Amino acid sequence: MSGFAGFALRRAVSAVLTLLALSVIIYVVFYATPGNVAQITCGPRCSPEQVHQVAQQLRLDDPLYLRYWHFLQGIVVGHDYSTGTSVEHCSAPCLGLSYQSDQQVTQIILNKLPVSLSLVVGGMVLWLLLGVGTGVLSAWRRGRFTERALTGITLAGVATPVFVIGLVLMIVVCGQLELLPFPEYVAFSDDPEQWAWGLLLPWVTLALGEAAYFARLTRASMLETLAEDHIRTFRAYGVGERSIIGRHALRGALAPIIALNANDFGAAVGGAVLIESLFGLPGIGQELVHAVNVVDLPVVVGMVLVIGFFVVLANAVADVLYAVADRRVVLA
Amino acid sequence: MSEALVAAEAAGTGVDPVPGGSGARQFWRRLRAQRAAMVATAVVALLVLVALAAPLLTALEGQDPTTYHPSLVDSARGGVPIGSFGGISGDHWLGVEPQTGRDLFARLVYGARVSLGVALTATAVQVFLGVVVGVAAALGNRWVDQLLSRITDIIVAMPLMIMALALLAIVPSSFPRPILVALIIGFVAWGTIGKIARAQTLTLKELDYVAAARLSGWSTWRIARRELLPGLAAPVITYAALMVPANISIEASLSFLGVGVKPPTPSWGQMLSSADIWYQAAPQYLLLPAAALFVTVLALTVLGDGVRTALDPRAASRLRIGTGRRSEAKAGSEVKAGIEVKAAKEGTS
Repeated sequence: MSGFAGFALRRAVSAVLTLLALSVIIYVVFYATPGNVAQITCGPRCSPEQVHQVAQQLRLDDPLYLRYWHFLQGIVVGHDYSTGTSVEHCSAPCLGLSYQSDQQVTQIILNKLPVSLSLVVGGMVLWLLLGVGTGVLSAWRRGRFTERALTGITLAGVATPVFVIGLVLMIVVCGQLELLPFPEYVAFSDDPEQWAWGLLLPWVTLALGEAAYFARLTRASMLETLAEDHIRTFRAYGVGERSIIGRHALRGALAPIIALNANDFGAAVGGAVLIESLFGLPGIGQELVHAVNVVDLPVVVGMVLVIGFFVVLANAVADVLYAVADRRVVLA
Repeated sequence: MSEALVAAEAAGTGVDPVPGGSGARQFWRRLRAQRAAMVATAVVALLVLVALAAPLLTALEGQDPTTYHPSLVDSARGGVPIGSFGGISGDHWLGVEPQTGRDLFARLVYGARVSLGVALTATAVQVFLGVVVGVAAALGNRWVDQLLSRITDIIVAMPLMIMALALLAIVPSSFPRPILVALIIGFVAWGTIGKIARAQTLTLKELDYVAAARLSGWSTWRIARRELLPGLAAPVITYAALMVPANISIEASLSFLGVGVKPPTPSWGQMLSSADIWYQAAPQYLLLPAAALFVTVLALTVLGDGVRTALDPRAASRLRIGTGRRSEAKAGSEVKAGIEVKAAKEGTS
């Protein structure tokens, strides 16, 4: 067990280092670009006075490493901004101020986070159920028509960009058949039922695209396990097909599914951006697209960092889970 | 993806590393043995032809993708195309775009250019960066390897869509947009190829013929070029074939969000961004780009699967086995492939 604890600790340390390095790269890429950084940061619609103010706030006279240190300081302990006459305190984790709305970036993100989390977590539950279920069914009915049909459907799922799935679903389900109202976000705390109804179509959209990968992977790893010798031994001892599929073959598929799910987190966040924009859900993704369009750099940088944090976290957790599911990894 | 997994995968995809002239012919024979892959190859070839011949095809129709035809849309009704089926006529084979009246057929075939061009360029950049960094890490000393491997890890940890979105914000709009999109996808998503190239090089470099070359006094550069690159071809091509459809999706997604390829340059994803308002008046404005995207990504995915099977020695030998056990036996390489396809899609792993 000490080997396992050590592995988990090492993985945690490496996650923190990765995040730190990610922040350096992102900071350098966005704030050390050639050209007038203050002008780019402030956006095309800024007046010369505003540009000057931004240059001071960014401390453009300081060397880059000092500026980064200052930025990092803000994240860890927060700092104060003087906006002309008054002083505004931005408490840790402070990611700066938006140049478009003067709001604190951290606050903007916190306001939008529940929408995106609702979307991604709900979608994840659905795609795991749908994907693994389909994969198990394909493996069970291998060689039959069901398997061929499911293989075709999942291939189509893999080949369709998520926003196309969403577009078609929205037009058919909401527009033509009027089975569901057009999606909208209602806070869970306000009305859980409306929350679920409003998010149902976005969840299904996100899940359909992702589930296809899980179905393919589950089917393939179960078939691989089924071809192994120990399964033949089980059969020889008279273990039923249901038990072989449900207990033994599925267990073999567990580790790859965990690995894929972690990996998938980044893709799911990307998919969530598209879905939020498509359905008009006020989440981080929609805000990011808006910030990119108006070139609001502090918001862009803050959001990329926060999303990066979640992706690195997901990968670290998955690596540890993977080690639990497949103990050989610890030794490697 | 966990590092152990990537390494295991990459090592497993390795085809017989001995370079030789028969490689290409053997590959073609193994690809031809798969019916689905051949259909996909034909579809992809047709798409490439359409993309290359776009100016010719539009000249044949007598239209171009950027000219506005205000007389063909009903401005009183918000710009709905005049005429039945979204304004299909002898002059405009697939109708015209709502509001602007631009020719849909021309935008669709020029869209194929953008879609395939961006995806292939991005893949080339990914392969180049990944192979250079991966091989350098494997051949360099401990510190070089540590540094390059950490950088690769960080690149892999970046969510592609998010980084691409953010980077598109800071580049001045005067930069040609399709090239910019291709470069950004290429520079953000080479991490997994880098890992595969490093793992495969580490394996190859222990082999006897490489040791022999080193003993003969060959330079590292010459060994890398003459002895290692041929051995890297199989896993790298396998992965790259899966990246192409992934890159097409990414370009379409970015353009759909309005930050990728911008008008007047046509792109399928961009056409779809306003299609939902018009689906009743001009359904083909939604259906055509959506179908084009679907067919292209599907064909490239099937082709990628076929390429993988053709290059995987385990799967290839099974191509000749009877059909009964084929699906079970083939599954082994499909587990890896499942993760690969997925990793290719996001560009992170």
